Amino acid sequence: MQIIKDREIVEDNWTHLDDDADLVAGNITVSLARWQERHETLVKHEGELGLRLSGDDPLEEVVPDLIHFSLIVLVFPAFTDGRCYSFARLLRERYSFNAEIRAQGDVLHDQLFYMSQCGINSFELANPNRIDKALTAFDDFSESYQATVLRPEPLYRRR
Amino acid sequence: MYQYDKYDQTMVEQRVEQFRDQTRRFLAGELTEEQFRPLRLMNGLYIQIHAPMLRVAIPYGLMSSKQVRKIAEVARRYDKGFVHFTTRQNFQMNWPKLEDVPDILAELATVQMHAIQSSGNCIRNTTSDQFAGINANEIEDPRPWAEIIRQWSTFHPEFAYLPRKFKIAVIGSEEDRAATKLHDIGLHLVKNHEGEVGFEVLVGGGLGRTPIIGQQIRPFLEKKDLLSYLEAILRVYNRLGRRDNKYKARIKITVREHGINHIRELVEAEWVQIRDQLELNQKEIDRVKAFFTEPEYEADAAADESYEKALTEDKAFARWAKQNTFAHKQAGYRAVYVSLKAPGIAPGDVTSEQLEVIAELAEEFSLGEVRSTHTQNLVFADVKQADLYALWLRLEADNLATPNINTLTDIICCPGLDYCGLANAKSIPLSKQIAERFGDLDYLYDLGDIKIKFSGCMNGCAHQSVGHIGILGVDKKGEEWYQFTLGGSSEADASLGERLGKAIPKEEVVDTVGHLLDAYVDLRHDDESFLATVRRLGIDPFKERVYADN
Repeated sequence: MQIIKDREIVEDNWTHLDDDADLVAGNITVSLARWQERHETLVKHEGELGLRLSGDDPLEEVVPDLIHFSLIVLVFPAFTDGRCYSFARLLRERYSFNAEIRAQGDVLHDQLFYMSQCGINSFELANPNRIDKALTAFDDFSESYQATVLRPEPLYRRR
Repeated sequence: MYQYDKYDQTMVEQRVEQFRDQTRRFLAGELTEEQFRPLRLMNGLYIQIHAPMLRVAIPYGLMSSKQVRKIAEVARRYDKGFVHFTTRQNFQMNWPKLEDVPDILAELATVQMHAIQSSGNCIRNTTSDQFAGINANEIEDPRPWAEIIRQWSTFHPEFAYLPRKFKIAVIGSEEDRAATKLHDIGLHLVKNHEGEVGFEVLVGGGLGRTPIIGQQIRPFLEKKDLLSYLEAILRVYNRLGRRDNKYKARIKITVREHGINHIRELVEAEWVQIRDQLELNQKEIDRVKAFFTEPEYEADAAADESYEKALTEDKAFARWAKQNTFAHKQAGYRAVYVSLKAPGIAPGDVTSEQLEVIAELAEEFSLGEVRSTHTQNLVFADVKQADLYALWLRLEADNLATPNINTLTDIICCPGLDYCGLANAKSIPLSKQIAERFGDLDYLYDLGDIKIKFSGCMNGCAHQSVGHIGILGVDKKGEEWYQFTLGGSSEADASLGERLGKAIPKEEVVDTVGHLLDAYVDLRHDDESFLATVRRLGIDPFKERVYADN
């Protein structure tokens, strides 16, 4: 499957494992429940590890474990559920998570700009057919008033 | 007033292009209605009964003559030649075509106007006091702070998909003309014991189905910390606010369910972490404040004698001056209400022709600025007393001088079932009937300050729960009925009205208002106001009068 990563269309090289699915080779993501139950096995996995979080999950409890992950997947059950925008900023700004943060679920063209400003850098679009058109969304605005992950100095400090 | 620089202008123009592309994709079938809906709402666009409705932001109610002319032009060209001012100082057009909206927004952008976040589950237009900057009792002018909040809240990437809408109001004096206690966040500029000015912060106020008065979350916030504190509240709300039930999603419910003390702990803990990063720098505060410096008032304006003379010679003028003008901190000046509550007109409606007159009068008499008010009227803030008579004549000629401000006929009213897709019942026609029945000026002045607020449904856009007399339209098996409340207030002494009794059929609404007024006249002590009388006696004597026949 194709995804957008760092504003380019790339082939995805991750497998998102369901909680009852067997481990597979390569890079895998797991749910928080599976991670909490099986982390001793999972840390021995040969591929890279990723964690899937939704707005219901207790972000702060995961922070000590972040060093194990090369990918955090933020799941948007509906594009109108904005909780993971806060998660993304906190992961980047407060918990210094520098690896990939991905948006998954109801991820649409028109939310990509805000998501990227909050520090999400890869995207599994709900409708991959329009993936090339969606690349323009990152340039919807050339400035932001606020401090964002992409521009940590708010405009009021730069004017 | 604030003027855009290249940053502000570019953002507004890019927004127009973004929305143009979104509209195109929607019309081409690339976006579903469900996907387009939040996008159009965040540009103020609703789909209503007859046509789309476009709500345009007027940040803290401030407009230049140039902007007012543009509103007139847009309303004439793309709509039916009139607009409707709302309780949140914005205006609405009720008949634009969806495909024209990008062009309308492009037109508005040429005069530094926009419809950004005038609806949707995001941070809405920041509102304020129409007498900001001219009120002698003011601690500090709230407008620069409202502008700083406007910029911070515009396109905030983290807070575009909140659990529900989020409204902020800021005032600079103890008088509250902006209903700050009924906002998600209310900010009051206050002085602390050391004489420093900062903000008292209230949170969790709101109207609608579950009206709640906001509670203090912080007694004093240093001004430089304003944005970090707001961001902390919003972040806590974005994470904690309910998303399972839209009627329980406002921050008022979050505060009620978790308690103000718990919310305060969460906000303060969050705030400590971001306080330094988001501290406002003095340079920016000064930059914004420079747009709101005091104009060069004429020092000898009070020397004028013509005003006193006109007051004694022309009774109609004197009546208007008493009712529709407001004290100004500068001697020899007054603020003037332009009443949008003329008999027979839907409250808050104004035609393109009238707007052009208003723009011209503002240039001639009030430094080229017009303000919109929470009560759906307009204000000229800086009029010399020597000019009041000439201004009155011109307003009178265009039906803008009905001397009824803060009286019974200065009704706050939502568009209701005539326009609105949410409404259960009509509100405008009954408001008009009330205004006609009780329009006699001597009677109105005898009744004094009575605020009627009339909403066509539970969403309460006209704030009926805080009306001295609140009227709420409800649907009963396909018929329009009306629920009355008494004793509400949206001001510094904010309170929620108490339900009078069972709902009243449409035909009896005007008579019911009459019964309430008769009861008040009988029961009041001397010059006791309606609200004070209700508060003293409770609703029972009013209830008896209204339901006596049944």
